[in-house]
This record gives sequence, structure tokens and C-alpha cells, in this order.
Amino acid sequence: MARPSLTGSRIRERRLVLGRRQADLARAVGISPSYLNLIEHNRRRIGGKLVQAIAAELKVDVAQLTEGAEAALVNILREAAADHRAGSEDLPRLEEFVGRFPGLAQLLADTRRRALSLERTVEVLSDRMTHDPFLSASLHDILSTITAIRSTAGILVETDDLDTEWRDRFHRNIAEESRRLAESAEGLVSYLDAAASAEFAGQTPQEELDLWLSERGYHAPEMERALPPDPEDVVARADGLRSRAAREMAVRWLRRTRQDAEHMPLARMREAVAEHGVDPAAISARFGVDLPAVFRRLAALPEDALGGIVGLVACDGSGTLTFRKPVTGFALPRYSAACPLWPLYEALSRPMAPVRHVVEVAGRAPGLFVAYALCRPAQPVGFGGPQVLEALMLLVPLDLADAHPATAVPETLRTAPLAVGTSCRICPRPACAARREPSIMAELG
Amino acid sequence: MIKRILLVEDEPNIIEAIRFILSRDGWHVTTHSDGTTALEAIGRTGPDVLVLDVMLPGRSGFDILRDLRADPATSDLPVLMLTAKGQARDREQAERYGVTRFMTKPFANSDVLAAVNAMHAAPGRDAATEEGSGAAADERAEGRAVLRSPVGREG
Repeated sequence: MARPSLTGSRIRERRLVLGRRQADLARAVGISPSYLNLIEHNRRRIGGKLVQAIAAELKVDVAQLTEGAEAALVNILREAAADHRAGSEDLPRLEEFVGRFPGLAQLLADTRRRALSLERTVEVLSDRMTHDPFLSASLHDILSTITAIRSTAGILVETDDLDTEWRDRFHRNIAEESRRLAESAEGLVSYLDAAASAEFAGQTPQEELDLWLSERGYHAPEMERALPPDPEDVVARADGLRSRAAREMAVRWLRRTRQDAEHMPLARMREAVAEHGVDPAAISARFGVDLPAVFRRLAALPEDALGGIVGLVACDGSGTLTFRKPVTGFALPRYSAACPLWPLYEALSRPMAPVRHVVEVAGRAPGLFVAYALCRPAQPVGFGGPQVLEALMLLVPLDLADAHPATAVPETLRTAPLAVGTSCRICPRPACAARREPSIMAELG
Repeated sequence: MIKRILLVEDEPNIIEAIRFILSRDGWHVTTHSDGTTALEAIGRTGPDVLVLDVMLPGRSGFDILRDLRADPATSDLPVLMLTAKGQARDREQAERYGVTRFMTKPFANSDVLAAVNAMHAAPGRDAATEEGSGAAADERAEGRAVLRSPVGREG
């Protein structure tokens, strides 16, 4: 994990903002100015007590120095560079680039996002051309009608001795087919008109939902009220939710959130968290609700109720992520499939068996988390219908778990954390047994 | 000799038009509109030439063609396939299954006549399945037909 990090650049930036001299700061934290200089130019890794001391001196949070706003930017550009020969050669200097040219880096990331979004639009359109059953049926109908008209008209024109009875009959057929053609064409035009709107906006419905949830901090204060508004109304007022699919998913999320809030009201949840810490099992027992509901409820609480932020991911039986609430230090893949070693997937393979692991996420700022996961089968249309699986994984940052004596992680669990990643492509663990494709990071050594 | 043809197609007005032009050209025309029972109809009527639509209710023309080729009794039956989806994929699939000729809708009457007569004159697999695609080829074919202007016996 000895990769360069931008912490040094941020320290330098912050120090200059405060107008402090390098030597002055170095002395204050007990290191030599030349060592601080190396740190500020990202040539020395910095961590632990030293970064805490510097953060205190510079009057900022440690996280502000170690994470920064660039983390997401670096991730996007890393994915972009991975697909590009010349770009991948510059990967070792990516963080430096982002630190030195944040504007250009943002431009590159935006361009990349735009390109992906357009690619997706093209995909949707070509998908529609090939697979859309309405379009395909409609074109077939139109071609059949034209065939009948052309063939019948040909007979009328080319047959000199056509008797009256046949001629009338063919005239009638042409009139009938023309009417049908007009109807089909009209239907097709109005269908294409309707389809041209929201569906092609470039974002997937899931992305729309993610953005909307992230803007509201994955919390729905209106659903906590005694008389909550109708979720449909809440969603109708949300500007960010344009596609029908995204609106439906948002309504579903609000309904579930409301249901969970009824079982575990906010005030009583605060008490529960104060007493048990972020311990899903204890809270589940206290309220008599199942674990998945507790996972969801914890992830939908405001930050001040938990004393921190927890992450939550959900997947369906195919392993496709259906919900993602990111948490600092645990990057979730944007476009690619997730890490197969996530406890989420262990839970998916053993429905109803709760899973808990301390995990270490590979990345620029390796984070430790307590991951709780559970997969629950459902029979939404009864025992005659298909079994539908949903697995959830709650991610509690280790320091948040440690903050409460009831959830403090024993030493035996934390010494050998489960090594996971975000997604194979950008995972720096070269010797991973579950790797499905080579990593671009492994090449960096 | 009576030339017997079976038309498997489900659009009534297309059936009527094709039946008319083929009858005037001296063919004895039988029609069938259901994909699921098409094979039985072929066995029952024993046509010299089969005109087979791809999109049929119940069963696709491709499946019917595949079964025909697998049966020794019909493996050499000349088959003209009609499709409304003029896609290369459809044509490739038809050729893989051993179609004799392939024609996309909308077609010119004269093309159909020319195709079934050629197939009847030289039965068996005809590797050259190109019926002349594109408007220019269609017009050439039509011009030829107008010149020959076959006069049938039926009024």
C-alpha cells in the first residue's frame, strides 16, 4: 500500500493558507524542516500520530488532510486511465496530477463521465432498435402491410383482363391495408416521441437514485414525522429524479424507510444506539425486528444519531448492487462489478446465516471496517413463485465501532482483517485468490 | 404437369395477392396460416415448392425449415423464405438452415414468380440464394416480368 498520497500537498496548501513557515510547523510537530518538505511533496508517507499532530497545528480534521475532495476524482481518473495505454503509463503520477492541476483533472473526469453517459445512451438506443418488442413488432406490421399493398397494387396495374369482382376485392384490400398502415405509423411516431424523453438522459436510473439519496444524506426527515407525506408526492417534487424507473425506486426506498421508522422511531433509536453502540444484533433484539431492517435503519439515521456515518450496500441474487451508500474509506465501484470477497457475497451464498468480518479495504487510504452481512430469501408472490434473494452489508468504520464499549472490536478480530477491495481492475492486491481480471494497480508493484 | 405450391403465411391480404398471381401463372396454390401445424400441412399437401414466412403464429419459419431439412422426405424441397425483417442475421440463419431462396418484404410480384419458377425448374438446393436486393434490382426484375407478362388461364 506504499503508494503516494496527496496528504502532503494538502498539508502544504493548508499551511500556506495559514501563512505558516515550513520550519515553524516542523518544529511544532517535532520533525526536521527537510523531512516536512519531503512530506509536503508527497515523497514520504505520513500517517498515525504525525498527521494528527499536523492536523491539530493546522486546525483541520485529520480526514480533511488524508482524504480530501480529490479522492473521488482520483478514482474516476484511475478507471479512465486503466482503459488507456498512454494513460496507464502515467498512473503512478495520477495523484500528483490531481493535486497540481485540480481544474484540469476535473475537466478530464467530467469528460470521461460525459463519454460514458453518451456511450450508455447509444447502448440504450441500439438495444432498443434490436430488442424493443414494440418497435420490432411495429416495423414488422408496417412492412407486412406495405407488402400486401404493393403486391395488390401490382396486380391491379399489371393485370389487363382483371374482372370486376376481383378488381373490387383488391381495391377493398388496398383500402383496408392503407388504413392499417396509417394506424401503425401513427402508433410508431407517438411511441418514438415518448421514448425520446427521460429514458435517454444518459444516467442510469440507479445513478439518478444514488445522486438523489446522496444529496439528502441517505436520510428522510419527512418520513420520521408522525404524519409523513405521501412518498409519491415527495418524489414528484424531486428535480433530480427524471426517469420513471428512478422515481419508482425512490418511492420504494421512501416506503421502506417509513416502515423501518415506524418499527424503530428516531428518538428510541437514539437511545438504543447510545446504549448498544452500532450493534445490529442488539438493536434487532431490542426492537424485535429482523436484521436487514436494522441495517437499513442504521444507514438511514442522521449522522448525529450515530456519531458517524455507516455505509450500506445491497445486492440481488445475481450479485448486482441494488443499493449503495458509500462511506469514506470504502470505495464502491461505479461502473464495474464489486469485489467478490465482500462479506456481502459470503452472505449471499449462505442465506439466513449472519456474517461479520473486520475488513481492510485496499486503496489509497486503507480503511478498516466491521462488516455485517445477511442474505434473506423472500417469496414475494407466494410459495408457488420464485424465491427472491436480497443480501445487505452494513459497513461500520472501525473507529465508530471502537467509540462504544459494547461494540469495541476485540484484538483477536482486528489482527488479521479480511482483505477486500473495490473492484478487481483497480485493486492493488496482486496475489488475490478471487481475482477475476488482472489489476492495473498490480503492475505498479 | 400441375405445379403445386404451398404458401405458409398469416397475412390474409398477402395470401390473397400471392395466391392470385401464382394461380394466374398456372400454379395450384394451397395456403396455410399456422406455424405450429405447418409441417403437417406440408406432409399432407406434398407441394413442389414451399413459400414460407419467417414470422408465423405459433412457430417460427426457421424452426419449420430446420425440421424440413432434417427429414429425408423434404430435405430437397425448394423453399422460398419471406421475411419482413430484411436483416443480414435473418438471411444468414436461413442459409445456415438450408433455405433455397430468400426474399425480403415488400417484394415485387414478378420477383416471387421468377423465384418459384426458377426453383421449380431446377429443384434441389440452389446455392445462389440472392434474389437481387435493393430497389434497382427490384425494378430490373419488374421490367423483365412486364416484358414477359405471363397470361394465365384463370380469370
